[in-house]
Amino acid sequence: MNHWAEWLLGRLDWSALPFWDAIVDPTTKNIVNAIIASGAGAMVILGGLIAIGVLTWTRRWRWLWSEWLTSPDHKKIGIMFIVIALVMLARAVIEAVFMRLQQAVGLGGGFLTAEHFGQLFTTHGTIMVFFMAMPFLTGIINYVMPLQIGTRDLSFPVMNSVSLGLTAAGAALVMVSLILAPFSTGGWSGYPSFTESAANPGAGVDYWIWAVTLSTLSSTLTGINFAVTIYKKRAPGMSWFRLPLFTWTALCTAILMIFGMPPLTVATALLALDRYLDFHFFTADLGGNMMNYVNLFWAFGHPEVYILILPAFGIFSEIFSTFSGKKLYGYGALVIATMAIAVLSFTVWLHHFFTMGQSAHINAIFGIATMLIGIPTGVKVYDWMLTMFRGRIRFAVPMIYAVGFIILFAIGGLTGIILAVPSVDYQIHNSLFLVAHFHNMLIPGLLFGMLGGTNFWFPKAFGFRLEERWGRRAALCWIVGFMLAFFPLYALGVLGMPRRSAAFFEPAYLPWTLAAAVGALIILLAMLLLLIQLWVSIRDRDTNRVPAGDPWDGRSLEWSVSAPPPEYNFPVIPEVHSRDAYMRQKENGRGAHPRPDEYTDIVMPANSAMGPIMAATGFLIAFGLTWYEWWLVAAAGIVSLIALVARGYVRQRTRTIPAQTVRREHEAWLERVSRIRPVSRREEQTPANQGLAMSPLEGAIQ
Amino acid sequence: MTATPSRHPGLNLGHAHGDAHEASEEFVFGFWVFMMSDLILFGLLFATYVTMLGGTAGGPGPGELFELKSAFIETMLLLVSSFTFGMASLALKYRTDRKVLVAWLLVTLLLGLGFLAHELYDFHKMFTEGGVPSRSGFLSAFFALVPLHGLHVTGACIWLIALLGQIAVHGLDTPTKTGLMRLAILWHFLDVVWIGIFSLVYLGGIV
Amino acid sequence: MSHPPVTAQTACRYRAFLAGLLSILLTGCSQTPISFLDPQGPVATAQRHQFGLIIALTSIVVLPVLILTPWIVIRYRYGAQSAYRPRWGFSKLADIAIWGIPFLVVVVLATVAWRSTLALDPYRPIQGDQKTEPLRVQVVGFDWKWLFIYPDQGIATVNELVVPAHRPLALELTSASVMQGFFIPALGSQIDVMNRMVTQLHLEADHTGEFPGKNMQYNGKGFSHQRFVTRVVDEQTFHNFVAHTGEGGMTLDARMFDRLMAQNTGKTLAQSLARADVGSNNDGDGKGRGDDAGRLRFGHLPDDLFNDIVGHVSPDWASIPVASTGKANDASSSQEARP
Repeated sequence: MNHWAEWLLGRLDWSALPFWDAIVDPTTKNIVNAIIASGAGAMVILGGLIAIGVLTWTRRWRWLWSEWLTSPDHKKIGIMFIVIALVMLARAVIEAVFMRLQQAVGLGGGFLTAEHFGQLFTTHGTIMVFFMAMPFLTGIINYVMPLQIGTRDLSFPVMNSVSLGLTAAGAALVMVSLILAPFSTGGWSGYPSFTESAANPGAGVDYWIWAVTLSTLSSTLTGINFAVTIYKKRAPGMSWFRLPLFTWTALCTAILMIFGMPPLTVATALLALDRYLDFHFFTADLGGNMMNYVNLFWAFGHPEVYILILPAFGIFSEIFSTFSGKKLYGYGALVIATMAIAVLSFTVWLHHFFTMGQSAHINAIFGIATMLIGIPTGVKVYDWMLTMFRGRIRFAVPMIYAVGFIILFAIGGLTGIILAVPSVDYQIHNSLFLVAHFHNMLIPGLLFGMLGGTNFWFPKAFGFRLEERWGRRAALCWIVGFMLAFFPLYALGVLGMPRRSAAFFEPAYLPWTLAAAVGALIILLAMLLLLIQLWVSIRDRDTNRVPAGDPWDGRSLEWSVSAPPPEYNFPVIPEVHSRDAYMRQKENGRGAHPRPDEYTDIVMPANSAMGPIMAATGFLIAFGLTWYEWWLVAAAGIVSLIALVARGYVRQRTRTIPAQTVRREHEAWLERVSRIRPVSRREEQTPANQGLAMSPLEGAIQ
Repeated sequence: MTATPSRHPGLNLGHAHGDAHEASEEFVFGFWVFMMSDLILFGLLFATYVTMLGGTAGGPGPGELFELKSAFIETMLLLVSSFTFGMASLALKYRTDRKVLVAWLLVTLLLGLGFLAHELYDFHKMFTEGGVPSRSGFLSAFFALVPLHGLHVTGACIWLIALLGQIAVHGLDTPTKTGLMRLAILWHFLDVVWIGIFSLVYLGGIV
Repeated sequence: MSHPPVTAQTACRYRAFLAGLLSILLTGCSQTPISFLDPQGPVATAQRHQFGLIIALTSIVVLPVLILTPWIVIRYRYGAQSAYRPRWGFSKLADIAIWGIPFLVVVVLATVAWRSTLALDPYRPIQGDQKTEPLRVQVVGFDWKWLFIYPDQGIATVNELVVPAHRPLALELTSASVMQGFFIPALGSQIDVMNRMVTQLHLEADHTGEFPGKNMQYNGKGFSHQRFVTRVVDEQTFHNFVAHTGEGGMTLDARMFDRLMAQNTGKTLAQSLARADVGSNNDGDGKGRGDDAGRLRFGHLPDDLFNDIVGHVSPDWASIPVASTGKANDASSSQEARP
């Protein structure tokens, strides 16, 4: 009996329950922590049950399966990526609030156990990087990029679905670790030898390894998919220097994914070999060397920073140009700067460990290389300012995020240069100054970009604008909350407070940790406001509809099609004659929506169950590996291998949409558009804006 | 043959293959990109191996464990298999009798399996001589790099078997053709990686 | 507090130097120096100077963004009747400025960084004014406490680094556990300590006083408690400390070493030994503070303990003088009896 249980469950037992510590050792602190941890676990279970209940109640399982889960449509896959990102964002923000509260009362103790705190900062970092930022940017690129380059799908639509599945599996694994605890306490970077089995034999580090591995595999495939799509599927006439800037940044991000993800795959794989098969890569004894891990990790980690931030740069470029009613300043310079950043990002990884004892010359060289990245980045910031210069700036929600970004990002750039000087970094490395710096880059730089982009393209995806007032409130709370939460951390870092401190003993820290906690609460409020914004927008969707598809007087091709776009994106593949292709079309007098001369049959990829299958098997393999349930690993592994082989035998890979259907749908839409009144920008935020922009020739902007 | 612009690096099927030639553009280009990513993986493991050469921790080193003769036989098996896959590719491109194509593929498969069998035998021998990965950092690095190549060859063999099945079921249609073209790239890539392993690990270890 | 008024004076002069943001940070300048903004040694002083210099230089590029962005946003807002040039997308002059100025700033910054990094290389010995021999200390990071071995004095301490002022310090560091970060902010740089590896750090203190030291690299649940006190004293006090410790300190024998290797904080270790603050009141200026730093002092220890820890070799316990070993064994066995 016992033997069977062990065979079945591996090392999973009662102690994995989040309240186990409180039963074994019922101290007040353990009980408080058990309540918090069990609450989180209960929320995961409850959320899952509600989702299942609603789907069953409304009989939507089949719809979910055929319309979403098995869909190869880049738009739907993009939206699902973003849904994952938002769910994970909510969890990670709540975790951040707990950490800030802990430090606010952390003078000499706090209410969280050190173990619990360690899990919080590890899951917070892991989620924010791998299961919030990555799916968010992947989702937006997925949705927007094919529309911008004038194609109907990615090069490998089913592989795209598999990418989504792998990310979903990794996210699910992190979520399950709330119910069957613990997660790793080794931080998002998982440095050995702390994460070796000698110091941490439990399941926590293994959860981390497999969640991250699933995410990296997903991102590698995504990078290949995006790069090939941009290389091979651009519309006729869409030459390299006519690409919208967002697509350029998507390309650079894709290339960074292709080259930057393998080092992490190697790092986590070797760590897994150490832990599972007693290899000696990073152990202290028998010839291992943990510094190899640190190099491998940051050979991924630094390109990763730019994987995260470049797409946001692209989004901001689109936002600044669109909402200033003006051509992007210095397009060529921005492309060169993006490329320069992408290349340089591989040359600076050592600045993450100036204090590891290498020679001062090496440190100085890497410090200077780091500063060099500041040049193209600075140029970008000035290019955006010059884009606004002599424009007509409308303060729609995306623009609030963008202006907040540009100012806060400049401050983050300053602190980045400070950290890049090794002799000063010796003072502030691993302190909260560092934490403040990278949050200063990634919250304004990445998250504001993603939220701004969501507000920008939401009407395209769902056919109605997001509510403006609640959106503004959310944006302002994000900006204020960010400043209050992270500027104090700069001070704390300069005062020598280490990152990842569950407690501190220096009374001088207290005012700053209190301020930061207030900031974190304001960010929590901002999250709430985002929810309200979404709810109000859905409630009022009928007054905010933009069927004509161009609510912001857009410049690139995605605004030329209906909102939401048909599944085939373009009834006829457009021909591109210049940069800002759609704006040029609106300007040249041929009209925003010329009637095509003829329609042809459209071949679209057929649905495939590969994505969900890979998600399920990927999750089960990772779960089995984490808890030593080898039968599960073997079974799920065999199923996924069979699925991969069987996929090769499938010949029904496409389906055809007849030309008549395309004609009927498109002409119905044109008919509808012809009855819509074009609006000037003054009416942008009113119900009169149904997505048809007044022609620039008629002075839409004035 | 008239000079036609190539759609992707490497062997192109040519216009005579119509649809398959068109379709191969993205598939084969995409596979090249994947190969680049995979190459980073191997490159890092090579680098790890070199940095850990000194980490024998008193255990057996390259000189005691490696046998040049055995590695040379493996190299020959793989090189010949690359040649036979090349012949298969030509048979595919010039649409020789399908039996010829299948025959070349079967020879390739046998050579690949022979390589794997020989490699496993080598590992077994190393194990009996105390060359286990848990013995030292050096051996860990060896057993990450070389078996990863072996795993790739295993994967390639499974793929080859699957494609032979596809030829049997569906004939030489477009998906089968593009599949064979991608597998060819993988096969030659693994050959190149093995030459790296043979030079750096085996030759370098014994010299 | 204990340190001379000169420190506060320096700090307050600095306040005048960098008005604004940074001055707020220094509101605590009358308390224990916890940061390099209130430097107590040449390294930290240089770092504070560089910190200010880099901020000033980088501001050449950053400040215009902070000032001009609001101006542009207000001046060219929708509805304001300012110039509107929707097709303007390039200006040679502006491009020269936005590439050129950051480039020049980075050139200057790179020069500064190159020089300062070489000058403040943690591995570079500090040339003291008095041409005194540097004091050698070997540091071992345990989970979760610090052991300081004075090889030339034959003594060792836990969680308390006692050093004379104005004498360069040459530290050799390693970890008996996972990676940690050794850091005394008021004196200067931090350096990572790693198992089986030795790193080096050179510091010097200009003033007497007590400065907190810490671990910067997370290493488990005792991480936040892995703190130590750096007591910078005058030469005479240091001699007294060495003499007292050599006579009255405990013995670092095999059992004690096992206790150090176990996962515990200095406080719990000291409690379990019931010997916290041993000897700290005997030195004239020591203040036996009631914090939980968990300080211990050892007068007898095996030869070459540091290198044995680095090499994972069992220390030569037989090298400890026999008489004192007996004494310490009595002491520690009497500890064992207590709960």
